[in-house]
This record gives sequence, structure tokens and C-alpha cells, in this order.
Amino acid sequence: MNIIVCIKQVPDTTTKVRVGKDGKHIDPGGVKFIVNTYDDFAVEEAIRLKERFGGEVTVISMGPERVKEALRMCLAMGADKAIQLWDPAFEDSDPYTTALILSKAIQQLPYDIIFCGKQAIDRDTMSVPVYLAELLGLPQATLVVKLEVDPNARKFIAYRDIEGAKEVIEGLLPAVISTQWKLNEPRYPTLPNIMKAKKKELKELNAAALGLDSAQVGEKGSRVKVLSMELPPPRSKGKILKGDPREVCRELVRLLREEAKVI
Amino acid sequence: MDFLIPEDLKDLKNMVRTFVRKELMPLEEEVERSGKIPEEALQKMRELGFFGLTIPTEYGGSGIGTFGYCLAAEELGWAHSAFKTICGVNNGIGSKPIVLDGTEEQKRKYLPKIASGEYITAFALSEPGAGSDAANISTQAVRKGDRYIINGRKHFITNGPLADLVTVLAVTDKEKRAHGGITAFLVEKGTPGFSVGQIHKTMGSRGVYHSELIFDNCEVPAENVIGKEGMGFITAMKTLDDGRLTLAASCVGTAERLLEMSTEYAKRRVTFGKPIAERQAIQWMLADSATEIYAAKMMVYATAIRYDKGERIPAEVAMTKLYATEMVNRVADRAVQIHGGMGWIQELPVERIYRDVRVTRLYEGTSEIQRIIIARNILGYKGGLEG
Repeated sequence: MNIIVCIKQVPDTTTKVRVGKDGKHIDPGGVKFIVNTYDDFAVEEAIRLKERFGGEVTVISMGPERVKEALRMCLAMGADKAIQLWDPAFEDSDPYTTALILSKAIQQLPYDIIFCGKQAIDRDTMSVPVYLAELLGLPQATLVVKLEVDPNARKFIAYRDIEGAKEVIEGLLPAVISTQWKLNEPRYPTLPNIMKAKKKELKELNAAALGLDSAQVGEKGSRVKVLSMELPPPRSKGKILKGDPREVCRELVRLLREEAKVI
Repeated sequence: MDFLIPEDLKDLKNMVRTFVRKELMPLEEEVERSGKIPEEALQKMRELGFFGLTIPTEYGGSGIGTFGYCLAAEELGWAHSAFKTICGVNNGIGSKPIVLDGTEEQKRKYLPKIASGEYITAFALSEPGAGSDAANISTQAVRKGDRYIINGRKHFITNGPLADLVTVLAVTDKEKRAHGGITAFLVEKGTPGFSVGQIHKTMGSRGVYHSELIFDNCEVPAENVIGKEGMGFITAMKTLDDGRLTLAASCVGTAERLLEMSTEYAKRRVTFGKPIAERQAIQWMLADSATEIYAAKMMVYATAIRYDKGERIPAEVAMTKLYATEMVNRVADRAVQIHGGMGWIQELPVERIYRDVRVTRLYEGTSEIQRIIIARNILGYKGGLEG
């Protein structure tokens, strides 16, 4: 099987994020980047399919030089090839434009199934896999917690957790699958494989190589623009009420009603 | 200082860092309480290749150099010392004698098992009458046909009770001693005449066992000699050089954790209306620790990179070991001081780490031995310590 995985490099969950000077981006200074948590499930599922049915796993990521580190991690986990998509024109791409760029790269490759994490933990839009399936004209299953693939019948069965029930979807391959955290337990790359990952193919493609012109991508091609970014307001100090329990209760109810407006 | 680290080693360091934080640090209390590393964690470490980082790829390891291992050791230094010790021995003193001077047959037979962690190893040099003065050992090996008979008692042997394979140093020529009279032997667990003596109770390092090893007419075939008869002392000295650097690296990691804990605590703990972090007395302690950590890290990186290039720099290695181990003890002392009573009770890891780091000034050559090596280098004295 030819398996493709789209990944994103995101700030580590333990990083203290600061807003950059322009008020539209996070300040990358001192930020440690990791492979998006949900993408780990996508890579793991892809490698398991390869181990079972044979074939090749190609990992693709759009982003600047630093995403090579994330791609190398996926190669160390067991992917065979990696492609970095970058061009200065790609800066500030929204989910739609990102999916467009990914789709152009995927169209140059043979594929039977495409995996994406269900969302990136930085912007949480959950939309790239959906756009991607539409742009490629493929069936899709999102938030998949269990997957069965039959490469000979070219079919898949995907299980999704929905409100109070489990939904089972059958579809044709090729398809786009977005992965939810219950799907599998991603492996750690072994230390010898980390050392070998550097020898695997890591290709770079820019806008021209993808047949895209700069009006289609980046901020210009985007449907969504970031106007400003700010941190949530710091939590205000808690109040401690003291005194006669009766009075305290009365005051508590009043505060909950008038200040917190929760009752 | 990231610019000093090649990409693949950066990835390796990152992975070890993630693994240490997610898988090993949560087990610390259990290790301390039970005195044992949980088997499940050991199994994960085996599968991921933690035991064979420095072992050449053709024998099942990752084949990284001393600098690479120092980076891994730095990250392992964050966790309970049992973890860095158990894999440190297989990557260091447990495998180095074979990697450096073993025969092709020994390499094929043992290195893959050491790299996979199937075999736990030990290095038996110290004796009740010989530690820093290693040439003074009294364990003897006498040749009898195509076999050697070993007699003697070793002590303070890390992994002693667990080891499947032990490198044993024994005298084969009393006249020559360090100059061709000491030989290194490989002894497998279960060899008749080889047994574990008393298990030492220690100040720290729970989860790791140190013991006596007893050789009572223990017979090993001549093919278990590492290298050639009489080469053992040189093999031992080369083996120890390398271990000093990786120990220094792990001290940097431990100190970084102590500084992180101290910093967080100082910001949180309020006395007389403001966090103690705003008091100059505390700030100076933090500043001193940070400065010393930076210095030690630079020493480790620079020395390890030179070492990997093939430079023979025992004095610089000794300086790095001396400085980093003394440094982590100072940082641990300040960490306890900053934490106050919280640093003394066993609720936080500070108390344990304070006990655990004390041994770093003793093993792999005491601080005093390092100073002798450094001084002899400055003064231009040649030869062994006893010369």
C-alpha cells in the first residue's frame, strides 16, 4: 500500500506561549516544537498498515526549515520518505490553503490511503483533513478510533465515537482518515532508528514545484485571516468569605447570581 | 549551545528527554520505595535501545560516540539515578572492555546481548585492599592448560547481584602488576566458583545494587581473556576514562533538574509577604548554580567532542569529572537550602537527589584522584599514579 501521512509541527504542550510583537503570531523564540499529538496516531496507524500489508509510508508537512526535525522523528518511527513543503509565499496560509498545498503534493504521488491527525493542538481548527478530502475528491472519515482496511477489496471500515453511540462507516479507498487518540498507542522511535533516520529521503518542494502561484497560497489565497492574537486574561484572585455561615451563604448566592452570573 | 550538536544527536537527545519525562520520572517514587526498577520500564528501555547506544551497529547497537552518549546521559540524569546506572553500565564499563580490546569472537558472542539489555553487566576491579590504587589488587588468576583459575574477592561492584556477565581484573604476574601483570577476564553468571557476596547497604542509589563478588577456584577458559594476558590494566584504564565523561554529563542533567525545582519553589514560596525568589540571598544561590551548570556543560561538550576526535586528554577528562561532580553536590546543597524544611523531608525528590549525588565524588575515581591526574599533567610527571 502507498500510505501518506500529513503532519504538523506545533509548540510543545508544556511551552509557555507568548504573543509576538506583531500581535498576530506566537513568538517562536525559546519555543520547543513537537509533532502534533494527534498526528502521532496517524503515523503509527500508517506504519502498522505497512507492517501488515507491505508498501511505503510517506510523511508530508508544510512549514519552514524547522519542520524537518518533526519529519525526521516520523522517519525514525518507521516512515520511509518525507517531503517538506515550503516557500516564503506559504507564510500565513489558513486551513484551506494548507490543504490546497498538501493536495498538490499528494497528487504527484501514488496513494491508497491518507492519514491526518484529527486536529492540530495549536490552532484546533479540525479542518485541514476535511478540506483535503474535498480537494482530492476522496471519501473521508474523521475522528476515527478504530480502523479496518482491506487493500484487496479497496475498502475501509472506520469506527467513530459519537454522542452516546458508536458510528461505523464503510467507504472506498483511497480515502482520507483523520485520527482520534483512542486509535492506537504510538511507539517511541527506537534509538538506533533515530540514528538511521538521517539516511532516509527527505525532499523539499516549493510553490513552483507544486504548480502553485503566490496568489493562491499564503495570506493572499486564504479565506481566513488572523486579525489579532492575545493571551487569555489572567485568572482573577479567588474570594474567601468569612463569618457567620448564614451570612456567608447569603453572600455566596448573591455573588454567584450578580457577579459570576452562573445561577 | 545547540549549535554544537549534530542533527541526529539532537533528535536522539530530544527522544531521550521525552522518554525520561513521560516514562521514567513518574516511576521514581516506586523505585525508591521498592528498591527495584519495574520490569515493564526495563523492557521498554531494552526495546528502545537504551542499553546499546555506544555499542557498534554491527553488534546490534546504535554506535554513537562518547559525545552522543553524554547527551543521552545528560537527559537520563534528570530521572532517578537507578535508570542512568543500569543502562550506563552496559553502555560503559560493562561493554567497553570488549568493544576496545575484545576478540572478534567475544564481540560476536556478547555485544548483541549487552546491546539488547538481555545481559546486565558489571566491571569488577575494586577490592577491599585496592580501589583508587587499582594496580594493588590481590585477586589472582593462574593458568592451568587452556584454563585459568581465579581466586579473590571484589567489592563495591555495581550491578553485582544482577550481572549476567562480569569483567574481572586479576593478577597473572605478581612482579609485573600494572606493567603487563594484570589480566581482564569475562566471567558469566553461573560459572562454578563464582558467587555474589554481601550486598552493600548504601546512602543513596536505591534500585541499583552494589555487592561483593567472590571467586573461589573459579575456572574460566582461556578464550575468556579480554585481549591478551597482561593487557588488563590498560584495558581498565581506557574503560574508566570514557566513563568519567558520561558521569559528568549525567551530573549536568541532575543539576539542571535541581535548579528547575529550586527556581519553581522559590517563586511559589512566600515569606514575609513576598516570594523568596525576590530575596537576594536566594537569587545568588540560583545564579551560582546556573553559572556552574553552564560551565560544567561546556566542559562536558568540549571534552567529549575532542575525545571522539581521538585526542588523548586524560587531564581534561579528569577536570570535567572533578568539576561536574563537585558542582552537582553544591547545587544539591543549595537546592535543599532553598527548599528549607521541604528539602529535608521525603515528600519532594530533593532529599533523595541530595543523597544520590554524593557518590559521584567517589566512584569512577574520587575527586582527589582526579586532582592527582590533573596535577601530574601540569607538572609533567609521566606514568601511572603509583609511579
